[in-house]
Amino acid sequence: MNLAHYLGLLHNGEVELGKAFREVGRGHSDEPDVHAISLKLAAQCDAHADRLRPFADRYGEEAHDEPERLHSELFHGTRGGGLGLLRDLHDLYLMACECEIAWTVVGQAAQGARDTELFEIVRSCAGETSTQLKWLSTRMKQTAPQALVVL
Amino acid sequence: MGRIVARSRELLEGPGGWGRIGFYTSGQLFLEEYYTLAVIGKAGIGTPHMDGNTRLCTATAAAALKASFGSDGQPASYTDVDHCDALALFGHNVAETQAVLWMRMLDRRRGSDPPQLLAVDPRETPVAREADIHLAPRSGTNQALMNGLLREVIARGWIDERYIAQHTFGFDELEATVQPYTLGHVSEIWDVPAERLAAAAELLGTCERLVSTVLQGFYQSNQATAAACQVNNLHLLRGMIGWAGAGVLQMNGQPTAENTRETGADGDLPGMRNWDNEAHVRELAELWNVDVATIPHWAPPTHAMQLWRYVEQGSIGLLWISATNPAVSLPDLDRVRRMLARNDTMVVVQDLFPTETGHFADVVLPAATWGEKTGTFTNADRTVHLSEKAVEPPGEARPDLDIFLDYARQMDFRDRDGGPLMKWHDPESTFEGWKACSRGRPCDYTGLTYERLRGSSGIQWPCTDEAPTGTERLYVDGNFNTHTDYTETYGNDLLTGAADSEQEHRAKAPEGRAFLQAAPYEPSPETPDDDFPLLLTTGRTIYQFHTRTKTGRAPELDAAAPDVWVELSSADAKALGVAEGDRVRLRSRRGVVEAPARIGGVRPGILFVPFHYGYWDGGESRAANELTLTTWDPVSKQPLFKVAAVRLESRR
Repeated sequence: MNLAHYLGLLHNGEVELGKAFREVGRGHSDEPDVHAISLKLAAQCDAHADRLRPFADRYGEEAHDEPERLHSELFHGTRGGGLGLLRDLHDLYLMACECEIAWTVVGQAAQGARDTELFEIVRSCAGETSTQLKWLSTRMKQTAPQALVVL
Repeated sequence: MGRIVARSRELLEGPGGWGRIGFYTSGQLFLEEYYTLAVIGKAGIGTPHMDGNTRLCTATAAAALKASFGSDGQPASYTDVDHCDALALFGHNVAETQAVLWMRMLDRRRGSDPPQLLAVDPRETPVAREADIHLAPRSGTNQALMNGLLREVIARGWIDERYIAQHTFGFDELEATVQPYTLGHVSEIWDVPAERLAAAAELLGTCERLVSTVLQGFYQSNQATAAACQVNNLHLLRGMIGWAGAGVLQMNGQPTAENTRETGADGDLPGMRNWDNEAHVRELAELWNVDVATIPHWAPPTHAMQLWRYVEQGSIGLLWISATNPAVSLPDLDRVRRMLARNDTMVVVQDLFPTETGHFADVVLPAATWGEKTGTFTNADRTVHLSEKAVEPPGEARPDLDIFLDYARQMDFRDRDGGPLMKWHDPESTFEGWKACSRGRPCDYTGLTYERLRGSSGIQWPCTDEAPTGTERLYVDGNFNTHTDYTETYGNDLLTGAADSEQEHRAKAPEGRAFLQAAPYEPSPETPDDDFPLLLTTGRTIYQFHTRTKTGRAPELDAAAPDVWVELSSADAKALGVAEGDRVRLRSRRGVVEAPARIGGVRPGILFVPFHYGYWDGGESRAANELTLTTWDPVSKQPLFKVAAVRLESRR
C-alpha cells in the first residue's frame, strides 16, 4: 500500500514544521505573540507527529520504498527585523501548506483503507494545521505594510 | 503645535509616511474628542496605528462581546442588579473599582429577598468577604474553572434547550470541549475545593435571574477572551439574556472606555464597523468624503503593544500620547522607558498634570479636565451623559477637543472636494457628526441631542426614531448582531487569534444566533518555577485611580493610601519569615519592587501589589509594572498583568 509513503512524508513534515516553529519562536522573542504562539504551535506539531508515528510504522511494513522528505530546504534559521519576521513566517506558511494538503491526502486514503482510527486523527489534526495557516496569514497581514512600505 | 505639525508633514512626505505616526490615547476623554482623533487618524493621516489605554483595561470586554454576540455593546443594564436573584462576579473587585455599582449591589443584599452572591477572585476582597460562595482559583486558570462550571451546568441539565437551539451556534463543540473538566479534575489540578465548586455550579445553574459581571481578574489574565466568553456562554446556555434581572455586564476599567471603543480611537473602525468588510469601509469613506484607500483597513488595527513595538524598532517618528500615563501603566516599565527615550521619536504628551510619561516628552500640551470643558460620555451599560463646562481651564490648558481640532486645521486635512475634513468646530457640532457616523449601527445615537441629554440622568443607546427613549437591554428577542453583513468581526480562533474570513463566517450562517465559544485550558505564558516560585497579581485600591495623576493630588485620597504595599498569605509569610510591615523586595525577570508587607487576604502562592504607584512624587522601585511581563491575549491583545512569576526576598 502506498499510504505508508504519504504517512512518512507527513510525519517528517510535521517534525520539521515543529522544529521550524520552535526556532522562529525562540528567534523572535522580542515579538511576544510570535514567541508564545510559535512555541505553542511547535508543541502541536510534535503531538501530530507522535500521533502519526504508530500508523507510519504499521503501514510502513507494507511499504515499497522509503519516503523522501516532504519539504524542500525552505528554512535556514531566523532573520531579524520586520522583513526578516515576514520572511520567516512566510517559510512557515509554505511548510504548513505542504502538511495541510498531505493531511487531506492521508484523510482520503484512510477512508479508502477503512481505517477509522487514522481518519479520526486526521480529522482533529488537519483542523489544527488549518488554524496554524490562518494564524500565520493573520500575523503576516499585520506585519506586511509596516515591514514593506514604512521601514 | 507648530512643531508637531512640522514633524507630521516631514514624516508624511516619505513613502509610507502614515506608518510613522502613532497615537496612544485613553479611556478618560469625551466621546467628541475620541471621534475627532479617530477621524484625524483614519481619514486625515490614514494610519492604523491608534490605540489607547483601553487596551489595558477593557479590550477583552469588547473582544468577548464581539466573539459571542457579533458586536461590541453591553447586553444588560445596571437596572438588572435590581431584579436579579443571583449575582456572579468574575474577577471583579467591584467594591474598589466601581463603588457606586457596589452600593447598588449591597442595597439588594441588605434589603428583602437578597440575591445570592458568587465571587471568583484569588484575593479575599470586600466582594469575596460578602459573597455566599468565594472561589479563589490559582491565577491564570480561569478557563479551566469556567469549563468545569459549564460542564456541570450542562451535565445537570440546568440549561434552556429551546433557547440554545433557536439562538445559539456551537453547542456540540462546547459540550465536547468542556467534557474533560469534571469538578474533581478541576479541583485536583487547580486547587479549588470540590464541594465549593459544586455549590458554585448549583448557584449558577439553579438561580432564576442571574446577573454576571466580569473585569480584570479575567481580562488581564491568561486566556482572557476565552474565559470572558465562557461567562457569556453561561447566560446563553441558561437563556438568561435580554430580560429583567438576567444579563451579562462585561465591565470597563475606565470611565469613558466605552466611547473609545465606539468611536474607533482604540483602532477599531468607528460605529462598531468591521475593518475586514469592504462595505463598512465604504460607508465611512462616503460619510467623510474621502478615498476608500485612505482609511486603514488593509491590515488588522495596530494594537497598543504592537504600536509600542514599532516605537522600539524606530519605525514611529511621532508618538502622540493623550490623557494617559504609559510610563507607569504598561507592563515591563524598564522596556517602556527605553522606548520613550529614543531620540528618533518625537513624543507628544497631552495631559492635565506633569506625569512620569511627560518626563520623556519633546512637546507637552496642557489639557483641560472635566468640569473645564463640555462633552458626552457613555458608561458600561450604554448610558450616555452630558458633562458641561463649569469653570475655565487654568493657564494655557485647553480642552482636548480644541487641541485635536487645532491640529486638524493646521494640518489642513481636506475631503475629496477640497472642503475641510472636519465639518465640526465645537462639542455639540462634533456630537452631531458622530451621530451621523453611528446611524444604523449597534451604537446608534441618532435620537439623542445635547438638549435631550441636558438635565436627564442619561439615556441608553441605541436611541433612534424607533426607540426614542433609548434601549434598556440588547438582544431581548435573542437576535444577535452576527449577520455576516452586519457583524463587527468575522471571528477569531481563541487560542491563536487567527482571523476567520468572510467566507468562513458566511458558511456558518449564524444569522442572528450567538456563538458559544469553546476553548480548552492552556497554561499561562509564565508559570512559577524554582527561581521565581510565586505569582504576582496587580490591581487597585479604592482610594487611587489609575496612576494617581489626579487622586495622588487629592490630599484626603492620597492620605488614605499614600504608598505601595505587597500582600501575601500568612502561609507564605511564615515560610519566608516575613512579618507584617517588614520591607520586602520582589524580583521578577524584568525588575524589582520594594514595599512593606501586608499579611493575609490572598491565597497561598499569590502576591498582590497595587499598580497605581509611580515616581512623580518621589519613591523608588515601587511601580508594580517593573515586574510584569510583555505578553497579551491572542484575541483581545490585552496585556496579561496577572501572571508574572516573582520571588520574594525578605529584607529584615
